[in-house]
Parts: sequence; structure tokens; C-alpha cells
Amino acid sequence: MTCNLHAQNVFHSIEITYFCRPFWTRTKLITMRNYETVFILNPVLSDEQTKEAVSKFTAHLKSNGAEIVAEESWGLKKLAYPIQKKKSGFYFLVEFKGDANLTSGLEVLLKRDERVMRFLTVALDRDALAYAGQRREKLNAKSKEAK
Amino acid sequence: MASNSEIRFLTPLSIDTGKKKKYCRFKKSGIKYIDYKDADFLTKFLNEQGKILPRRITGTSLKFQRKVSQAVKRARHIAVLPYVTDLMK
Repeated sequence: MTCNLHAQNVFHSIEITYFCRPFWTRTKLITMRNYETVFILNPVLSDEQTKEAVSKFTAHLKSNGAEIVAEESWGLKKLAYPIQKKKSGFYFLVEFKGDANLTSGLEVLLKRDERVMRFLTVALDRDALAYAGQRREKLNAKSKEAK
Repeated sequence: MASNSEIRFLTPLSIDTGKKKKYCRFKKSGIKYIDYKDADFLTKFLNEQGKILPRRITGTSLKFQRKVSQAVKRARHIAVLPYVTDLMK
């Protein structure tokens, strides 16, 4: 099962109702927003296959004019409940900045791919963005200590 | 010999009868965003079956209870938290 939780995406509705909008907003909207996508890949895949799958999605983002802010691999993690009869999964997180129409394309791609077991795209608001920055700094500091 | 079984103290015990006021931990510590990826933090707002605890128990304000529930639901979707379990802790 792959379902699609599209959180707080206000701008899609605006694009659709383009001609019904009041005259003062009838300029072409360029809305750059911050998003965060987590997806779970099948644990059966080899290292190369997972890398290839990840690069497929990041490449799609880049080619559609998104700016990738951060990539984070959580590695093989135990799932809280079995998905497709599998008890673990390969987690990957991408934070990116881009146009509001971008995520729908990405989600279609994720949905069609059989290697992806689950995904979640979340729009980041101001507080979430600040939190994501802090989290990244913490992780960077930790990885430096480990080295 | 004291025939009656009642225990008597020389100085009366001081038992607090006044209730301690609950507070919203997010307001107190200034947390603005609740992360759905942080399972350890979110388990504070769940009971043993993995259900979201009501506001009347945790003391969270309405504004943050909404955010907690949103975060928990997201965490469940990406299998960071279970939908149903026994003995979570």
C-alpha cells in the first residue's frame, strides 16, 4: 500500500482555480516552498540498487529545478510494523526547496516505483525549517566527533 | 495498652491536598515544532497500546496537542511508530 499524505499544500488549489481567482492575484505565482520527503526502500535490494534508486529521485528533483538542501540516509531500520511482509526498510530523507508543482511529480514517481515501500512528503513551515537546520547541525557535529 | 487500633502521631502529618497545576511543556520550554521522526520523544504522548494520550492527562495546550497528533500520525505512516501494539514501553 502506498498512500499519499500531502500536508498543508495550499498552492495546488490555487493553480487549478487559476481563472476563478480575483483580478488582483491574477499574476503568475512562483511559489518556492520547502519540502521534506522520507521514503522507505525495500530491504532486499543490494547497496548498488538502493543507491541507484535514491539517485533516481534526487536527479528528478534536480532536473525539475529544485534545490536540494539536505540528504540524509538513515540506513536499514527496523519498522514498527511489517510492510509488504518485511520487517525492516532502508530509510532516506531528502529536504528540498522548489516550486509547489514539483512534489506531485515526485510522488507519482515514488508511487510507480516498486522498490519504494512507503513515502511521506511534508511541507515545512518557518518553525519546521528552523528545526531542520538545528537538527542538521547536531548531526554534523555528531558525525565529526565520530571521526 | 492502646486498645484502639488507630495510629496517633505527636505532630500532625502535612499532606498536600492542593492539586499541582498541569502545564504545557511546549509552552514552558519554548518548543515550536514537533518532529515526526523523533520516536523517543513522541512516545511520551502515547499510552502502552500506542494511542495518543488526551490533553487532560498530559496537560498540553490545544495548539500543541494538534501538532502532537499530527506528528504521531505522520510517524505511524512511515513506520517509526506502530499503529497498534501491546506493551510499548
